[in-house]
Amino acid sequence: MRYIDDSVVMKRMKTRLNKNKSWKALFLTGTLFALLCLVILLVRIVTQGIGYLDWDFITSFASRSPERAGIKAALIGSIYMMCIIAPVSMILGVSTAIYLEEYAKKNKINDFIRMNISNLAGVPSIVFGLLGLTIFVRALALGKSLLAAGFTMSLLILPVIIVAAQEAIRAVPKEQREASYGMGATKWQTITRVVLPAAIPGILTGSILALSRAIGETAPLVVIGIPVILRFLPDSLLSEFTALPMQIYDWAKRPQEEFLYVASAGIIILMLFLVIMNSIAIFIRNKFSKRY
Amino acid sequence: MVQTMMKNENNIKINVQSSQNVGEEITATNEKNTVFGTNNFNLWYGEHHALKEINLDIKENDVTAIIGPSGCGKSTYIKALNRMVELVPIVKTNGEINYRGRNIFDANYQVEELRTHVGMVFQKPNPFPKSIYDNIAYGPRIHGIKNKKVLDEIVEKSLRGAAIWDEVKDRLNQNAYGLSGGQQQRICIARCLAIEPDVILMDEPTSALDPISTLKVEELVQELKGNYSIVIVTHNMQQAARISDKTAFFLNGEVVEFDNTDKIFSTPRDQRTEDYISGRFG
Repeated sequence: MRYIDDSVVMKRMKTRLNKNKSWKALFLTGTLFALLCLVILLVRIVTQGIGYLDWDFITSFASRSPERAGIKAALIGSIYMMCIIAPVSMILGVSTAIYLEEYAKKNKINDFIRMNISNLAGVPSIVFGLLGLTIFVRALALGKSLLAAGFTMSLLILPVIIVAAQEAIRAVPKEQREASYGMGATKWQTITRVVLPAAIPGILTGSILALSRAIGETAPLVVIGIPVILRFLPDSLLSEFTALPMQIYDWAKRPQEEFLYVASAGIIILMLFLVIMNSIAIFIRNKFSKRY
Repeated sequence: MVQTMMKNENNIKINVQSSQNVGEEITATNEKNTVFGTNNFNLWYGEHHALKEINLDIKENDVTAIIGPSGCGKSTYIKALNRMVELVPIVKTNGEINYRGRNIFDANYQVEELRTHVGMVFQKPNPFPKSIYDNIAYGPRIHGIKNKKVLDEIVEKSLRGAAIWDEVKDRLNQNAYGLSGGQQQRICIARCLAIEPDVILMDEPTSALDPISTLKVEELVQELKGNYSIVIVTHNMQQAARISDKTAFFLNGEVVEFDNTDKIFSTPRDQRTEDYISGRFG
């Protein structure tokens, strides 16, 4: 006796195929809608901003007149800030990930720590801004400086880097570690010679993506109180500075319509910045990733 | 063609003769040094009592095979010999395993030191994703050898020792992942030889290999036993019978029987051993 009756199968076939098609249509619509929004946004920004985008725009300071306004202070400020965030967050993040994956014992406390680091990655950036304001700006009296903003942003992306690095380290097969330990290597030798070389592409990819998030974040800078209109470049770690998203935010909220176009030009610069960083991440992933 | 066949026949004859010699050797020299002396050794994974009151002496220059069904503790035992079991955090032990007279579970026995004398070849070939040269030089390098000339010599000697030199000598700088599974496993054996071990532990080294690669590894084991003591875990009873001098049969975490291999496979003392080797269970 057969359990699967051919006539019933044929009767249901049409409904099944229709269901299949309609779900596919729904998913495709979702994708197209997102793409459409993105294209509209990009087209609007580029058409509005391209007129203001020239070499003078990049090399001039902020100005009250839209024609002469430039992004120099913000661009340099963002680059400087990146120079603080990258080493601070990567050294702290990768060290934490190595400790948690390779050294920490499996127990309840460490499980709790691991879980909470993942949760921290979801904490709104404005909360980190408040943390930075309390600790770096006020308690440590760093003021509204490059250093204070850099540290705050480092804290913000630290959980993301830790999680990315943990995953990259965990992806190194345990057979590789066994081979190393089996020859009498110490834990440190195994980490530097086997684990990190294999995990570096994943760690760098995750870190660069996290850094590009830090470049675009505005809320923590607003909370810290980073100034907007600066007509000088920061000359030390404790100088005041401004950053790309702050500058764009300021232009966008001005009453004159022309400044909206200037803001668009600023957004183009910011997006170019992000595209370059993400391309580097993709390049690293494709070039150095290893398969086992 | 006929000639080569005759040659093969001669080879076989020689092999038979040499294995007879080996048999004589065992009966003649009963007083080989003990490499690993296991006394009342117990091991637990959490609550699970994986090894129970193990007593087993592994002798110098013997190939000792460990056989038994899955989950009998044979892999656990071989991994206890170089304390690799400790990578599992919930392991507890008592009793002793003495390597050349010193209990390796003593608090002040450095595990790194033990593992430079006791090398290991794993079930799945696990070369590093580095060049063949860097794979072999890994061990010497972690033990502080930097001199390029010395490293070159070690690499050549180890690869020759693992009978793979001729296959890879022209591509030492290529990634070891480009090799076949059988070649990778012999690279792993060569990598193990490069730390100049005293004992080589092999944990089912041929279970992931095809028959021809398996044969090569088996021949290699025969060659290596002149200079090393070898402990090999295997699922394959014919393999144990072919290549080992002594065989230990493990069941449910206990040693049921440990004796000369020909004795185990011809006239086992224990009914369970006989059932297992005749394929009635396992």
